[in-house]
Amino acid sequence: MWWKFLLGIYMIFIILGAFLYAPTAKGLGETTRILFFHVPCAWIATLAFLVSAAYSIRYLRSQNMLMDLKATSAAQIGLVFTILATVTGSIWANEIWHSYWNWDPRESSIFILLLIYAAYFALRSAIEEKQQKARLASVYSIIAFVTVPFLIFVVPRLVESLHPDPLINTQGKIEMDSKMATVFFGSFVGFTALFFWMLYLKIQTVRLSQVKIKVNSGD
Amino acid sequence: MVKRTFMLVYNSLIVFQKDVQLEFRTRFSINAIILFAITTLTAISFSVGPAKLDITILSALLWIILFFSAMTGLSHIFVREEEQQTADTLRLVTSPLAVFLGKWLFNVVLLFALEIIIVPLFFILMNTSGGNSNLLLMVLFLGSLGLSTVSTIIAAIISQASARGALFAVLAFPISLPIIITSIHGTRLALEGNSVSTGFSDLQILISFFIVILTVSILTFEFIWKSN
Repeated sequence: MWWKFLLGIYMIFIILGAFLYAPTAKGLGETTRILFFHVPCAWIATLAFLVSAAYSIRYLRSQNMLMDLKATSAAQIGLVFTILATVTGSIWANEIWHSYWNWDPRESSIFILLLIYAAYFALRSAIEEKQQKARLASVYSIIAFVTVPFLIFVVPRLVESLHPDPLINTQGKIEMDSKMATVFFGSFVGFTALFFWMLYLKIQTVRLSQVKIKVNSGD
Repeated sequence: MVKRTFMLVYNSLIVFQKDVQLEFRTRFSINAIILFAITTLTAISFSVGPAKLDITILSALLWIILFFSAMTGLSHIFVREEEQQTADTLRLVTSPLAVFLGKWLFNVVLLFALEIIIVPLFFILMNTSGGNSNLLLMVLFLGSLGLSTVSTIIAAIISQASARGALFAVLAFPISLPIIITSIHGTRLALEGNSVSTGFSDLQILISFFIVILTVSILTFEFIWKSN
């Protein structure tokens, strides 16, 4: 487990880089710095969803309850990051647009992602039997996942957005200051590693608690 | 291969025919969905009064009525099988794919039947003209295809869960949002009298979403339908 210490040091550098090293973007001032945390959060929200859907597919193929545990764990972490992305985005919006929420296409997409996660857990809580719960939740996760590209890429393109898109602009080119880009992509890597570490911890915790139940019940 | 495809279509049509016959015996779904839509439409029309609404609001209202009507009527197709405990027999007699296609066809027909009544009524009560009716019909056609597909697969999921009524809208809403947003946009363009080519990108999104969701539904339905 040496790499978790490495990740800690790496994330410290990212945070320092975001506040001290990276320059601010024109017109956005100091609020630019939320970019290095907000965008990776939104990315993890989507990545967690992909991981959850991938494990759901593996569950349906193998009927292995461990896969269902991984799918749920990924969705739980994804829900946390979705809330983080929504809240950070909302605070930033208040600073720049002077309103916490105004149904900008990006705000709508992340809110819908939040709804999907909520629906996923609502469905899980409405089914008693474990295998059936895993099966139906997996199917819902897959169906919801195929709608995500539509929400994230198609719908925001239909309506005018005020959201700054420095990463993928209309020509599909990356236009960003090189110092900013270093911290930005570094942060992406750091957050992704953080996500997989959290996923690992979550799965281990649940598995250990299952072992404990078995020991206590004397099986 | 040809024989299997033929058998699949034949079996789906038998499932469809069975559901139509059952429907005509009780008229549960058709009554529920049409009365619900008319109630909502009247409620809106009454509360708006003589005021002439903006086109943006009108197109949003139309799709809200259609969405919630779909949410009241379209889950019955699977919930009935579980409530009357006929699902197991159906599992024995035919393949999952035939069941899904038959029930999907039923929901598509039901939603179209609703629209034939409710859409003209909507324009009469709201006192507006159809604008570009070709574009409007295309948006309505593709939008309802998508909406009924989403409703069918979600109905299959919730029929096996508890608290079905509340869950149905909760689960179906995020999935059908791409359809609703795109259809509202397309309807607005049609009501403003734009040409079909202006609304072409909306139609493209609706077609691709419909194809994607139908494919995924067909691939995953087997896992929903099989019992433990």
